[in-house]
Amino acid sequence: MSKNRPESRAPPDIFYDQKEAEKYTSNSRMIEIQTEMSERAIELLNLPKDTSCMLLDVGCGSGLSGECLSDQGHVWIGLDISSAMLDVARDREVDGDVLLSDAGQGICFRPGSFDGVISISALQWLCNADKKTHNPIKRLYKFFSTLYSAMRHGSRAVFQLYPESPQQLELITTQAIRSGFGGGVVVDFPNSTKAKKIFLCLFCGVQSPTLPKGLGTEEEMTKNRQIKYVKERDQRTFGKRNKSIKSRDWIIEKKERRKRQGKSVCMTTKYTGRKRKPHF
Amino acid sequence: MRLSRFVNMRLITHNMLTSHVKGVKNGYPLLITAKDVKEQEVDFNPDFVSKMITRIEWPALTKAMEMVGKTDLLPTEVPKDYETDNDFLKKAHHALMEIEIISGCLSCPETGREFPITNGIPNMLLNEDEV
Repeated sequence: MSKNRPESRAPPDIFYDQKEAEKYTSNSRMIEIQTEMSERAIELLNLPKDTSCMLLDVGCGSGLSGECLSDQGHVWIGLDISSAMLDVARDREVDGDVLLSDAGQGICFRPGSFDGVISISALQWLCNADKKTHNPIKRLYKFFSTLYSAMRHGSRAVFQLYPESPQQLELITTQAIRSGFGGGVVVDFPNSTKAKKIFLCLFCGVQSPTLPKGLGTEEEMTKNRQIKYVKERDQRTFGKRNKSIKSRDWIIEKKERRKRQGKSVCMTTKYTGRKRKPHF
Repeated sequence: MRLSRFVNMRLITHNMLTSHVKGVKNGYPLLITAKDVKEQEVDFNPDFVSKMITRIEWPALTKAMEMVGKTDLLPTEVPKDYETDNDFLKKAHHALMEIEIISGCLSCPETGREFPITNGIPNMLLNEDEV
């Protein structure tokens, strides 16, 4: 795909240098997107309410996702391969402990340590072979199998990721399932190119789990949408085939379309598309 | 209210870390050589501490306390009714959450491989031949 992907520019420990790391503290748009995705990932974790949990953040970077965890009262440990990003995390005074570690070399924690695992925009990096000795399949397997043992029975791991291609996503899920995980992929806003977000939702030691529904998908939308009865025949007989532009129906239809793409849409009321009084 | 803190390695993290060098069978607990240790106050959450007691290796924690030079602060064993023992929970909280290592190193008990801690961040990266 495009050369604009950070993954195709340099290995993660080199790409996330000081300059790149600083963006994560100064660029409000980046912060907003990261925070939004972290909150959704935490929601997908489905942790018990009102209790502090011990969580792991893989690829914690400057600790933006960790801050969301702290806000909800959880204790977390983060790991990242970029020391520049971790220095930023240190300067930001985040609440968790951070380690410099390569996820592809395995997770160095005792069995049953964590109530949940989140990871924001990090997993796709493991698909790269940045060194001669790197084998993406082996690295992914090592990561998932050590992660599986570090998690508690019945806990979840949620990874937000940007796969380069469907094959890459399949590569990742195959290795996860091979390591013993159950679960699958949850896609939010599949109809939109911009708001579309892919989450890999893995379950540790649960038989036949039910995957949560993605936001803005057909299934979720059908809950509040009924089949519309269109009086097409009547319209044809009266010769009103061309609907007037920006009629109420057209506006409502457009709103639906934008809602499916995950954009913010105003409420539909009796005032929607109503004609204004003529004024001088 | 949350108190802001600097990121340093706490003993709760040490209690979960193992050595993942290739071929190591029992890389736990990691030995601590601490150069710089700091204490920082953190809010006490009795529920969280009592939840963590069940999954913490108590002998490893008492050993870690000795290695950072804080002896005689913890009982050698977890009391049976630890959930209601507020005094004990406070001690455990202090050991787990408030003692931080800023610099020093961790070493694998089996191979002796050293993982340096600089600025409170342990470096767990392995060389290619150790994976």
